[in-house]
Amino acid sequence: MAYVVERKPLSLSERLYIPQVLAGMKTTLKHFFAPNVTMEYPEQRPAIPPGYRGVPTLVKDPHGREKCVSCQLCEFVCPPKAIRITPGEIPADAANAHVEKGPKAFDIDMLRCIYCGLCQEVCPEEAIWLQNQYSMSGYTREEMVNNKERLYELGGTLPDQHFKWDKKKAAEQRGNAHH
Amino acid sequence: MVEFWQNLHPAVQLFLKGIAVVLVIFPLGGIGSLAERKISAAMQGRPGPNRAIPIWFRWVPVLGPFLQRLGVFHLMADGLKMLFKEDALPGHVNKFYFVAAPILAMIPALTTVTAVPFGAYLNGQGELVPLVLANLDVGILAVFAVSSLGVYSLIIAGWASNSKYPFLGGIRASAQLISYELSMTLSVLPVFLWINAPGTNGSLSLFNVVQFQSGTSFLGGMWFFFLMPVSAVVFLVSLFAETNRLPFDMAEGEADLVGGFHTEYGAFKWGLFFVAEYAHMIVGSGVFVLLFLGGWNPLPWLPLEKVLGWMGVASNPFIFGIASIVVFLTKVLFFIFVFMWVRWTVPRFRYDQVMRLGWQKLLPLAIGNLLFYAAAIAIIELQLAVWAWVALAAATIVALFAILRPQSRTAL
Repeated sequence: MAYVVERKPLSLSERLYIPQVLAGMKTTLKHFFAPNVTMEYPEQRPAIPPGYRGVPTLVKDPHGREKCVSCQLCEFVCPPKAIRITPGEIPADAANAHVEKGPKAFDIDMLRCIYCGLCQEVCPEEAIWLQNQYSMSGYTREEMVNNKERLYELGGTLPDQHFKWDKKKAAEQRGNAHH
Repeated sequence: MVEFWQNLHPAVQLFLKGIAVVLVIFPLGGIGSLAERKISAAMQGRPGPNRAIPIWFRWVPVLGPFLQRLGVFHLMADGLKMLFKEDALPGHVNKFYFVAAPILAMIPALTTVTAVPFGAYLNGQGELVPLVLANLDVGILAVFAVSSLGVYSLIIAGWASNSKYPFLGGIRASAQLISYELSMTLSVLPVFLWINAPGTNGSLSLFNVVQFQSGTSFLGGMWFFFLMPVSAVVFLVSLFAETNRLPFDMAEGEADLVGGFHTEYGAFKWGLFFVAEYAHMIVGSGVFVLLFLGGWNPLPWLPLEKVLGWMGVASNPFIFGIASIVVFLTKVLFFIFVFMWVRWTVPRFRYDQVMRLGWQKLLPLAIGNLLFYAAAIAIIELQLAVWAWVALAAATIVALFAILRPQSRTAL
């Protein structure tokens, strides 16, 4: 419901205009001497709230193993098709060998990524996380594509005490192929 | 040194003086743009430009970071950018006038300085000699005449750009300048009526105005700002309008005209408009200081001569000259600050409000002010009785009520 705001007649000092302007100048002068309220970004960083969805990263489990099994669900679900996974096997004698596969290459094109977080939602291994890194910049398009090394470097290790692969591997060694 | 200077050909002397003044005004324009950015930032609670630093200054321990924080290198960066940026010339413009407009903007801006005394010194005979390129008897008229030529550059720029917004900007600039030029000139007339007593050799020289404010008696040492406050306020408001500064920057108005008359300009041509605006501001505040704020006298009823006399250096022309220039420039720089201060205080007027303020408020006010002082001077000169003062006061009160009566809501 629209209603008309009655405009009050101006008082004498308002009609003279000068006192009002001077009052305004007093206010701005106060701001002139007040300390700055800006955060000077590269030197000062804002506090990132928990649960912030920043740059998608890959994480390792506390044993330093890759969690990703290159199921490609995140690649499939990614709306702007920013993720590209080349699946690969993990050699049986590798230090980080486990029963599943691992990605040979894992690229996220940050020029395409829309930070939707669907990859994190869909990941069955909780290997891909949107963490609190929010500042991505580069001079070339190539620089803006995060490869596997970069993703692990950004992601680091999550202190998750649920060692799924240890249990799975132990079950396999007990002769139980499917747990 | 002094003899060498005086033995130079007068034309060479004038040329060197002119170069010296240009070398002061041009950097002041640049410093104005830096000050604008820093002061604007401070009023908005942000630090402003504080990044650029040449690599060899980074090695200076304390001074380097301080200057970087102050943003002084941004001035250099801006200048280099203006020089080396691609200076695009749009295909649809009238090339001759398009290029001529920024040059035309600079000419009046730097020419008006010639008639503005920016200091004075005592010569051997104990007379005060102004530091001015041309101590014209038509001083103020020359300043008004030449500075109003500045609007030609705006009109030509707007027209030659051959597109809508610059054209509108040019029209607005011309209309605004004409409207406010009237009240500006009328507001200054009482000052010259006051100093040119009947029977003396009349002069419109700005130097004489300052001389008149350099006394120590009650009326002699009083600055015209206190004697004629209405004149001063009308002059100051008109000055804001004439220099196209906020709240009167109708010619530019990003909100409604993109960039106004300089929409099609870039790089150095745009920079010339910018420096011209600051040069106008500097000259305008200089004229205001000379007319109403006692020029190079530090305080009312306290002429510079007396202050330097206490220190015993009044007879030294060099120290006197430097001190007068310092006092004068301090006041001018304060007014540059006021320009920026008001910019962040008062929002931009609508164009009809600008016109209404100019024609319906300031012009009647200036005329009434002129009549008041003409009558007052007549009463003083003719030594009329008290009834004349009473009549003048009554007329003033009636006129004030007429001007200040409550307006309808469409009014300003």
